[in-house]
Amino acid sequence: MAKYIEMIRIRFLMMLAYRTNYYSGILIYSINIGAYYFLWSAIYGGQSSIQGMSATQMTTYVAVAWMARAFYFNNIDREIAMEIKEGKVAIELIRPYSYLGMKMMQGLGEGIFRLFFFSVPGMVIVGLIFPLQLTTNLHTWGYFAISTLLSFMINSQLNLLAGVLTFFTLNGEGLLRAKRFVIDLLSGLILPISFYPEWAQQLMKYLPFQGISYIPSMIFTESFTNDEILQGLLFQAVWVIILVIPIQFLWRIAKRKLVIQGG
Amino acid sequence: MFYISIFFQYMSQYLKTKLQYRADLLVEFLSDLMFQAVNLIFILVVFGHTQMLHGWTRDEIIFIYGFFLVPFSVFASFFNIWDFNERYIVRGEMDRVLTRPVHSLFQIILERMELESLLGGVTGLIIMAYAGSRLHLAFHWYDVFIFILFVLGGTLVYAGIFISLATISFWSDARSSIMPMMYNIGNYGRYPVDIYNRVIRYILTWVLPFAFVGVYPSAYFLGKKEWYVYSFLTPVMGIVFFMIAIFLWNAGVKRYRGAGN
Repeated sequence: MAKYIEMIRIRFLMMLAYRTNYYSGILIYSINIGAYYFLWSAIYGGQSSIQGMSATQMTTYVAVAWMARAFYFNNIDREIAMEIKEGKVAIELIRPYSYLGMKMMQGLGEGIFRLFFFSVPGMVIVGLIFPLQLTTNLHTWGYFAISTLLSFMINSQLNLLAGVLTFFTLNGEGLLRAKRFVIDLLSGLILPISFYPEWAQQLMKYLPFQGISYIPSMIFTESFTNDEILQGLLFQAVWVIILVIPIQFLWRIAKRKLVIQGG
Repeated sequence: MFYISIFFQYMSQYLKTKLQYRADLLVEFLSDLMFQAVNLIFILVVFGHTQMLHGWTRDEIIFIYGFFLVPFSVFASFFNIWDFNERYIVRGEMDRVLTRPVHSLFQIILERMELESLLGGVTGLIIMAYAGSRLHLAFHWYDVFIFILFVLGGTLVYAGIFISLATISFWSDARSSIMPMMYNIGNYGRYPVDIYNRVIRYILTWVLPFAFVGVYPSAYFLGKKEWYVYSFLTPVMGIVFFMIAIFLWNAGVKRYRGAGN
């Protein structure tokens, strides 16, 4: 366990060395949040609420969804694809740790760094510019923290899955790009899931994506009732467990194929 | 003449290399298509909950998005200048470019051409046709030429802004994230400017005139008379911003000393 914590620490320090890159990142996210803020204000127009959410709640939703994204987002899919392609993964495999577990810890190190140097200052800046509704209810913050951690796990697992999948495909780049668009759309980052037509919502219940952005953001904006919060957290936890299966399965096959290639 | 023949020679070389890897090309097409679909789905879903966006209907917004895709795809095909700093200044490739008897900017445009992005323009045309037929827009024979003029104007606006930003590298070779920032600001131009507050509207019109890539030119085809003045300013803005960019580029090249020894 100690070596994994060390991984988190090293990645955190690595990110710290390049922290100036992040100030502009906050600006980019603020620009995006701004675009959606104006768009949603226009969409709400005279209506006081759509799908049970007020305009302020929607602004908060957009802001928190983007700032939470800084935490759960990582490029471990690209890193894995790159290391497989360049053959570096062979060296990683003889090291005394689980390769995928280690990647996840690196992702967590990155996430923790961005949480402190990106999400928190970003949220303060965005809060000064746009009218947000930050709750003072400690329970909400607690649920939100758990939910965001789970969303990190789901997103990272999907990244692991996509990274390992590139091993079997010729054009990994296209696959990873496509995955990003699917996640942007179906995770609830650009649109709350409750805005989609009924049939689409039914369909998305069987997909893990809404556990990434929709559930934590809905919890944060207090748009969920207590029952819905618990259901949402359960949904996320179940997916974290389910996703282990395809990852392990594909990783085993990939490792076997890798040996043949190296021999 | 010389420039035109160089252009076609680069283009044929480009097509040869691309057609070697057809599967890659297909994947690229598909992921581009998905990107465009994401934005379209956003508009469609949102209009499931509202009738009007500041007086603009669903189909009008879709039309603007379709139009935006056309100049944007032309820009993306020919002006891949976003990594100019790393590719040409830091690695010293600029030295090679400068030894050749063709204008440096023209060479870079040719080298970094990505014609497959033009497919986005086709998607844009299809989206416009769909929205246009639902709106029963009247088309005249001369609209074709106006359309081409506006697309060129919009492309030049984009090109002018991004080339100007790339020239910063001549003065400072530090890495900056100003390019991705600009791409995100560019998205503001896809929606009617009147939804933004006055400052942003002013910036989008005169400082970073992204509105001339989407809303303003589209307003002409949508028959929004109050915006006609802006619509017809599109080519003017394009030329002005492109000229500024060329001027900055030439000034920068004069200052360029090379990164190596």
